[in-house]
Amino acid sequence: MPLLSITDLSVSYGSIQALRGISLHVDEGEIVTLIGGNGAGKSTTLRTISGLLSPRSGTIEFDGHMIQGQPPHGIAQSRLIHVPEGRGIFANLTVEENLQLGAYFRHDKAAIRADRERALTLFPRVHERLQQQAGTLSGGEQQMLAIARALLARPKLLMLDEPSLGLAPQIVQTIFQVIREINQEGTTILLVEQNASMALQVAHRAYVLEVGSIQMEGDAKQLAASDDVRKAYLGAH
Amino acid sequence: MSTTPPAMLPATTPFHPVGPVVTAMPFVIGIGAAFALQAVLPGMVGPYYSRVIGDIGIAMILAVSLNIVNGMTGQFSIGHAGFMTIGGYAAGMITYYGSFFLWNGASVHGGFLGSGEWLFAVSCIVGGLVAALMGYVVGLPSLRLRGDYLAIVTLGFGEILRVVLQQTNKVLDDAEAIRTAGWSQWFPPPVGAAIGFAGIPKYTNLFWIYTFVTITVVVAYRLKQSSLGRAMISIREDEIAAQAMGVNIARQKVLAFVMAAFFAGVAGGLFAHEKGVIISPKDAGFQRSFDYVIMTVLGGRGSITGVMLAATILTALPELLRDFDQYRLIVFALLLIVMMLVRPQGLFGIHEIWHFGRKRR
Repeated sequence: MPLLSITDLSVSYGSIQALRGISLHVDEGEIVTLIGGNGAGKSTTLRTISGLLSPRSGTIEFDGHMIQGQPPHGIAQSRLIHVPEGRGIFANLTVEENLQLGAYFRHDKAAIRADRERALTLFPRVHERLQQQAGTLSGGEQQMLAIARALLARPKLLMLDEPSLGLAPQIVQTIFQVIREINQEGTTILLVEQNASMALQVAHRAYVLEVGSIQMEGDAKQLAASDDVRKAYLGAH
Repeated sequence: MSTTPPAMLPATTPFHPVGPVVTAMPFVIGIGAAFALQAVLPGMVGPYYSRVIGDIGIAMILAVSLNIVNGMTGQFSIGHAGFMTIGGYAAGMITYYGSFFLWNGASVHGGFLGSGEWLFAVSCIVGGLVAALMGYVVGLPSLRLRGDYLAIVTLGFGEILRVVLQQTNKVLDDAEAIRTAGWSQWFPPPVGAAIGFAGIPKYTNLFWIYTFVTITVVVAYRLKQSSLGRAMISIREDEIAAQAMGVNIARQKVLAFVMAAFFAGVAGGLFAHEKGVIISPKDAGFQRSFDYVIMTVLGGRGSITGVMLAATILTALPELLRDFDQYRLIVFALLLIVMMLVRPQGLFGIHEIWHFGRKRR
């Protein structure tokens, strides 16, 4: 049984239909990526899964429970953690306080401490800046903090929205390396990316989203090799 | 800062246990200081300055509590005087009519820490609870509204309260009549309509004011340090990210309103029982609410000590500028404008006073 399965999901912003009945699933232990152009509905999909938007129709099943229509904090507490686009750093709090908020709903102190240590080992740059105000971090460090903070919630499914947005290629490499490590340690990941080539490199499977519906799906390596995907998203001729 | 070895975690603050003695300490010190103030100050500086210092304390309670909503949670309430006034009326009714039932008259009963003062202390807390209930009701729209729109709702609350208080009954001042009064005389409550609720016994003194200041400040500070407070601040910083971290933003916002309203209600109780004050419907109006908003803005959003300093300055300044007589309000306004130009983040920004000695981080 998949960890997350979405069936026939439709979402509208007023009269504009953003998602037109998409279905997808994420199995435990996978990295699945959702690629597609601007306005394809990638972020909308993530925002609907995490409860920030309500679907017009369709079902979202996570970890054996129907979660569509539940409030976002309830969904987060079932360990489906969303790192929103633009990172959502609490700029006026310290890095340490940001991390503490990641574990906001947890009370198992020993396990929180272990997760904190693990997150800081994955992101030494974040560790160096614990007492600094989060708003003073560079963009890359903020993205690292956002992911580290999400790890403190010990997610069953981690949803990352455009982690490479606006970052230098070298930082993007680092972040994708860590994403792979997090996954190898057992966290399932749903990744939304404009940087399709990076995303297809780390992912096991991929969905290609175009104007609100899924155009292609399959093995990430095979999709990366397919002519259609290469022309449309990888800049090949 | 170069490369710190990631293996060794620094000693961090979040998880160290706190004993009951440490927990009680700030209260003991604060209430002790309030006691000392009451014992020494009135004899030293006379009634006028004692009154100013008392007003500063009341302003501190109001500004620090408003800061929970406006500073920490990032909502914009301009109805704080409404909560204060409703607390003041509720507390006033308890001491005024309670005194008639208990002691056949509304004059001050008993000396310092006597039975009358305890009735008064309880009435302040009940006033706070009544205000907290209103805070819940007014907090509910904050779930759907934000920014200017929420401000208008809170403003409307104060104004509606002002008009409702003008429609109340005349104050009853005869022990016999009070005892025999039927339901119709208690509703609407006999609290003096537009002229205000006169005759409330004058129990407020520096001890009670600064005892409640202590409680307010310690609770606000503890809140700020707690995960509950961090959740409120996370709403101010980024609502979507806060939700994604599992923060129930609806509950936190309403909780902020309820807590702030409670302390405002207590402050209202202190205000209503202060010498030389008749609490009246106009106290619920927006002018007074604005005073406290200005204090929180000037102090810095979320900075408890900054807001306390601003409350002190803005309460003392009009008194100190009394020599300039009619020009003092102009000077006052000028100071505010200069302040907003030079330091728009407020006196302390998001910091507390003790952060300034340290290396800036």
